[in-house]
Amino acid sequence: MDYIFKNPLVVFQLLWQHLFVTGIALVVAILISLPVSLLILRSRRLTTIVLGILSAFYTIPSIALIILLLPVTGLNEWSVIIALILYVQVILVRNNVAALNGIDPVIVEAARGMGMNRRQLWWRVQLPLALPVMLAGIRIAAIVAIGIATVGAKFNAGGLGRLLFDGIAQTGRYDKIWAGALAVAALALAVNLALVALERYFSYTRKIQQRAAA
Amino acid sequence: MSSIAFQHVSKTFPNSTHAAVNDCTFEVDSGSFVVLLGPSGCGKTTLLKMVNRLLEPTAGEIFLDGKNIRALEATQLRRRIGYVIQQVGLFPHLTVAQNIAVVPELLGWERARIDARIDGLLELVELKPEYYRARYPAQLSGGQQQRVGLARALAADPQVLLMDEPFGAIDAITRASLQDEMLRLKNTIHKTILFVTHDVDEALRLADKIVVLRAGRIVQYDTPYHLLTAPANEFVRELVGADDMVRQLSLLRVEHVMAPLPKNFVLNGTPTILQQDDLRNALSKLLQSGASALAVLDETKPVGVLSLEQIRASAKRA
Repeated sequence: MDYIFKNPLVVFQLLWQHLFVTGIALVVAILISLPVSLLILRSRRLTTIVLGILSAFYTIPSIALIILLLPVTGLNEWSVIIALILYVQVILVRNNVAALNGIDPVIVEAARGMGMNRRQLWWRVQLPLALPVMLAGIRIAAIVAIGIATVGAKFNAGGLGRLLFDGIAQTGRYDKIWAGALAVAALALAVNLALVALERYFSYTRKIQQRAAA
Repeated sequence: MSSIAFQHVSKTFPNSTHAAVNDCTFEVDSGSFVVLLGPSGCGKTTLLKMVNRLLEPTAGEIFLDGKNIRALEATQLRRRIGYVIQQVGLFPHLTVAQNIAVVPELLGWERARIDARIDGLLELVELKPEYYRARYPAQLSGGQQQRVGLARALAADPQVLLMDEPFGAIDAITRASLQDEMLRLKNTIHKTILFVTHDVDEALRLADKIVVLRAGRIVQYDTPYHLLTAPANEFVRELVGADDMVRQLSLLRVEHVMAPLPKNFVLNGTPTILQQDDLRNALSKLLQSGASALAVLDETKPVGVLSLEQIRASAKRA
């Protein structure tokens, strides 16, 4: 703890790097996962195949995956970001598919029968109904990404992992290890809480319960 | 109002060897209530869904007011046709008011007009607007949900209403009250209604005319009375229970079979019955009172008499 109070600027800068790497990775990952999910939703076989491939990525150890990317993207944060995008894809796509499959087909048919076109169906019916489950996937993906991003320090991506690796490399610097571990944990908790709040905001079942209680 | 014409309509689903709907030709008059009746798998729902183009026929044409429905864009067509389904399909994330507002919003109505319409429709289906507007579907009973489903289908004042077993998943008592309401609405909303059911009593009760379907083909298209009195074949006879005399009596009105009022008729304690009542009730009253004849009233004054003899004669004629 001491280290954090004595070097707030250092810790804050590393925290910022950490957020930047995971944030970029997450945004790009979400943007990729949505069209992929919508595409594979039409065929059960395609869903199985794509989720199988994405799961395979997830089983590769993070350090190994980043090393594999180094020849392509170089020794910088982009290797880490690309690795993170690949890692969380399986979490995001699986949740998106579950969320969209969870919508009662009768509701979709009613919407079509009332004269909604594809876009109206998506924005007015499918997205609002699927959003709570999709957000749960994004939350898990964010936590996983924050954890894996600590490894990024080894590959010049900065972030809170620097404190951990420095603490290990320099003898007797347990204060750095503690500072790094606590900061990563605090970041994960904070992001988790924020996303839980977002999930509750978009949950229509909660609105109904509130209305019933009022 | 709108008429619907089916011309040699057939539908064969992919991966199927037989036609779900096979060469169906019939016309639904503007403003009439037509029921598609038949056992499950007879193609009645398939036939219905081709009207709002949720399914496309493999052969044949469907005309709405003389216009081929394929000439219209599917979404435009659907916004002009009310659609009610058995599982209701209300949007769970929207309130009752927002559910009813969907089609008017798609059509770009002004807010004030939509709001007024929501209140009017909730009153029409006998749900208090101030109480139900802000409720969510999950807070309603099955019967109330279907009332909202009906209000939603009527929202943009469509000329045609398609109803796919709307009361199929509702308990018997609520179903009877919804059927009563349907009969009342039929006379107030003036829509062309195409109604799918496998419940024969429901069909006989509600329909102006009934299309009896079997294995994708039309077996008979006629009024409930004619289905009972002149079934086209053994299938129809058994389906509608044409041998069930009591059921027939319940579909015939007193005024059609009563004898004229004798001269110097004095009421003098004779049991009475209203002229629009059915013969089944008349028979029950005759047996109960032990009288030889009933006096038939139009609201206040006697207009005829009805004896067991006339009831017997009407049943024989059938």
